[in-house]
Amino acid sequence: MKCDHCDKPAVVHEVVIKGGVTSEVHLCAEHAAQKGYQVPTVPVTQLLAQFAGQIPVVQPVPQRRDPAGTRCPGCGLTFAEFRQSGVLGCPGCYESFMPQIGTVIERAQAGAVHHVGRAPRRLEGMADRAAMRTKLLQELDAAVAAEQYERAASLRDRLQSLGGEDAGR
Amino acid sequence: MRLREESSTVQVGPEPDVVVSSRIRLARNLAGFPFVGRASDAQRHEVMQLVTRAQLGGTFPQGLAWVNMAQTSPVERQLLVERHLVSRHFADSTLPRTVGVDAEETLSVMVNEEDHLRIQTILPGFRLPDAFDRARRFDQALEETVDFAFSPRWGYLTACPTNVGCGVRVGVMLHLPGLRYTGEMERVKRAAKDMHLAMRGFYGEGTEAVGNFYQVSNQLTLGFGEDELLRRFTEETVPQLVEYERTARRMLTESNRPLLEDKVHRAAATLRAARLLGAEEATKLLANLRLGICLSLIPDVSLELVQRLLLQVQPAHLARIDPSATDEDKGRIARASLVRRALRS
Repeated sequence: MKCDHCDKPAVVHEVVIKGGVTSEVHLCAEHAAQKGYQVPTVPVTQLLAQFAGQIPVVQPVPQRRDPAGTRCPGCGLTFAEFRQSGVLGCPGCYESFMPQIGTVIERAQAGAVHHVGRAPRRLEGMADRAAMRTKLLQELDAAVAAEQYERAASLRDRLQSLGGEDAGR
Repeated sequence: MRLREESSTVQVGPEPDVVVSSRIRLARNLAGFPFVGRASDAQRHEVMQLVTRAQLGGTFPQGLAWVNMAQTSPVERQLLVERHLVSRHFADSTLPRTVGVDAEETLSVMVNEEDHLRIQTILPGFRLPDAFDRARRFDQALEETVDFAFSPRWGYLTACPTNVGCGVRVGVMLHLPGLRYTGEMERVKRAAKDMHLAMRGFYGEGTEAVGNFYQVSNQLTLGFGEDELLRRFTEETVPQLVEYERTARRMLTESNRPLLEDKVHRAAATLRAARLLGAEEATKLLANLRLGICLSLIPDVSLELVQRLLLQVQPAHLARIDPSATDEDKGRIARASLVRRALRS
């Protein structure tokens, strides 16, 4: 995985969860030091070996999917290209680059994550349904947390009656 | 390319002492096409055809006059920028692109700017609801024949994800010399930033606030409806900024009248006497003259005349009025002569 700021391999990886939103930081040794991260100069395996007196058996760690390499099937744009230009390639990119694009929007829009304005006349009902679905999902979460199972069942029925997820066009 | 002899924005609208013009811009993209930057030239031409051939029905019975930018001269493109009918980015682009302008030149539609469509209305003075209605009517007329890229979650999908949502930019061009001369501008800029407002120069992003003219617009487009955005601007943001500016002007008048009078009368005298005038210098001097008129320090010049001159001294407008202004040096002579004549009559 490459550094967020240059092409060197990242040695510091951090996952930040803030307000329920996950974002990732990947930095090379140089940029990590600049940002105040403590970067060990001796590989962790060597340090452990010194303590244990032997080289430990290293279990392969499953790699997280690198968002930079994600490619939009609609227009071929990669997430790395978007990060460089700040401009998306097609309407389908919004779906292709989730959830990263959601984080970008939330940051730029002061925390807003849902459209509440007008919709094209032909799709007005669709926007209403999406807003209603979000509201019902929030109520469902609250009902489950409060162990109000009858209310949760009723909310689930209402959600099902709204139909499937509307796809972005 | 045919444009009106005079832009309608030189007229004087409500709250003219501070609000020069009101502007609305809608960003829209056609469903089923890549965004402009990723589209092929064939697709860009197809988008142009779909938009320019769309039947707009009774709302725009005369339709729009479409100008293919590939067939315009640099001076014509500059003229469109000076009238704020197209952005500098659009004028300088080399992609296939076209702009549609209505008969009054209050509505312009850029096709293949950063988004497929940038629908823009501009009206003199403080008239945001009127400007919004006009842009919205075009938007609705067009959506009868084309499908816009839209997602229930994110709203109108735009090439830059920071414009997503309602895709509406509400803006006003404000004249803020009072805040500048009282040293309050940095504080206002910081407050604007905290309120997620963009403060840009005379010709938008990346340009300077020549003559203390500032374009103020919203940065947020998601999470509230267009009506709420318009209400905030019309009832809170703009009246507040107008009040700050008027208070600053009152302070200047009461506590530093010699400075104020010097700026205004020095500007008037230079404009009436100069033999050589650059575009930027003329803009700055006319802006100070404008301030003097609004504070009743200059009784013999009208605000309308200054508004008109502010546009006429820009390079492409000057070249249209006086064909002798073929280069910068001749332009400086022509500009000074034009201003002297106008202020004498």
